[in-house]
Amino acid sequence: MSQNKSLNIENIRKDFKYLANEKQVIYLDNASTTQKPDVVLNALSDFYRYSNANVHRGAYHLSEVATAKYEQARQVAANFIHAQSSDEIVFVRGCTEAINLVASSFGQQLDAGDEVIISAMEHHANIVPWQMLSKVKGIKIRVINLTESGELDLIHYKSLLNKHTKLVSIAHISNVLGTINDVGLMIEWAHEVGAKFLIDAAQSPAHIQVDVQALDCDFLTFSAHKHYGPTGIGILYGKHSLLERMVPYQTGGSMITSVTYESSEFMSPPHKFEAGTPAYAEAYGMSQALLYLNELGINNIKEAEDDLMAYTLEKFKQRDDLILYGPKNNRIGVFSFLVKGVHAHDVATILDSHGVAIRAGHHCAMPLMHTLSVPALVRASLGVYNTKLEIDHLFDGLNTVKKIFSNE
Amino acid sequence: MNELLQLYQQMIIDHGKCPRNFGELENPTHKQKGFNPLCGDQLEIFLIIDDNDVIQDVKFTGEGCAISMASASMLTELVKGKHIDKANGLVEDFNAMLVTQDVSDEAMERLGKASVLEGVKEYPSRIKCATLSWHALKNACAGEGEATTE
Repeated sequence: MSQNKSLNIENIRKDFKYLANEKQVIYLDNASTTQKPDVVLNALSDFYRYSNANVHRGAYHLSEVATAKYEQARQVAANFIHAQSSDEIVFVRGCTEAINLVASSFGQQLDAGDEVIISAMEHHANIVPWQMLSKVKGIKIRVINLTESGELDLIHYKSLLNKHTKLVSIAHISNVLGTINDVGLMIEWAHEVGAKFLIDAAQSPAHIQVDVQALDCDFLTFSAHKHYGPTGIGILYGKHSLLERMVPYQTGGSMITSVTYESSEFMSPPHKFEAGTPAYAEAYGMSQALLYLNELGINNIKEAEDDLMAYTLEKFKQRDDLILYGPKNNRIGVFSFLVKGVHAHDVATILDSHGVAIRAGHHCAMPLMHTLSVPALVRASLGVYNTKLEIDHLFDGLNTVKKIFSNE
Repeated sequence: MNELLQLYQQMIIDHGKCPRNFGELENPTHKQKGFNPLCGDQLEIFLIIDDNDVIQDVKFTGEGCAISMASASMLTELVKGKHIDKANGLVEDFNAMLVTQDVSDEAMERLGKASVLEGVKEYPSRIKCATLSWHALKNACAGEGEATTE
């Protein structure tokens, strides 16, 4: 597929068996997890069928094949985010584990009175690990406010930065508001006071370009399952010099060079952080998802999704019974909204009966719900395979919600 | 669509929008919070139980979906003036209708208006919305801690 031509969505849909079944519901919960293309599912089953042996262990051919595929997957991930070296890619279960790893390991270098900055639009995965660290280490958590339009208040951010700031940990894209944060600028400011910067890129790789060298971030994490890959696998990127100075997270097999009863020597990064048998087949599956995204072309994907987003935003604009949250610009196709006078869960149930799968609830962002003064929101989120027809169907479903709740 | 209309029938929408016995009681003898972490529904139930263990008054506050509000509303109407043993029996009837789903005709009759919530059983993810206030009532009568659906 050529890089400079728009995508053929109908062809893309053929890559996903789920979408081929007409009886399946319209899937608009892609910010939660995406459907998986055949190329990923086949990679997983082929790996287990024909290449399965434990990695980094056996002095036999099959293990060498498995190890090569596992390490190739690391290189694919490194290339995908433009890392300098595959040694900067640690395989983890997902963003949650990655942030826990940094909080637990990098966190050991922090002392009482040091500060970690997060924001008011973070997922619980980028809140709770810092809370736990604060209980152990006495660090302070500072929270960047939101503006009315649902963006980070950068003036407030600047006022929070000081010589005590050791780490800034921010979502690249809000899983609730869809906001794309200007992390490039934020990283520059953080580095000016000597703080490190972690990007929670959970929502990014399937939608926008991620370039760790251009951004100059210190850490970055994403999970595979939100960008057409398998569950249970993701990456933590860390600058090699940082990873080298960090203590291991979990310990055991695979991450050591020697062990006695008294002490142990550890491998160099990234292996130092990969104790136990890794999810090697899943890592390979993830690499196939990344290659699939490369083949479609991230700019083509963005163009197609922006087009569908504009179409959806226009639909929202025409409805005075809906309240849409999040900014108008610099956003992706994540639409969190309320139907006036109807609880999010009732909307979800009615839409489900209408054949549309969306998410309702707090979206693992209870503090953000509190900031927005809502108990729960309805969220529809786009993937590369969604169509205007599907969006029309969503709004038809919302008409049914209106009908049921208007006492007609 | 029929199941959906069964779920969101007029009486449920009505009780969801205008819940009866909504508000705080000034001097409750018993009160109890209930929380459903999955959807964020939360409510608090207030009771005045007299020396003979009869529920003299009951009210609730909170916010949640139509199902949870309607269910709490119907619950308060049902248990007001009843002995707490009877109220607990009704909680069991309600659970039999939605959770174990082996409810008798007699139990459905005892539940009265609240039996219209039977349609919820077709929606497994919503059963906890309906049972939240009933859990809270049971815990309140027993003097136990916060009710959660988990």
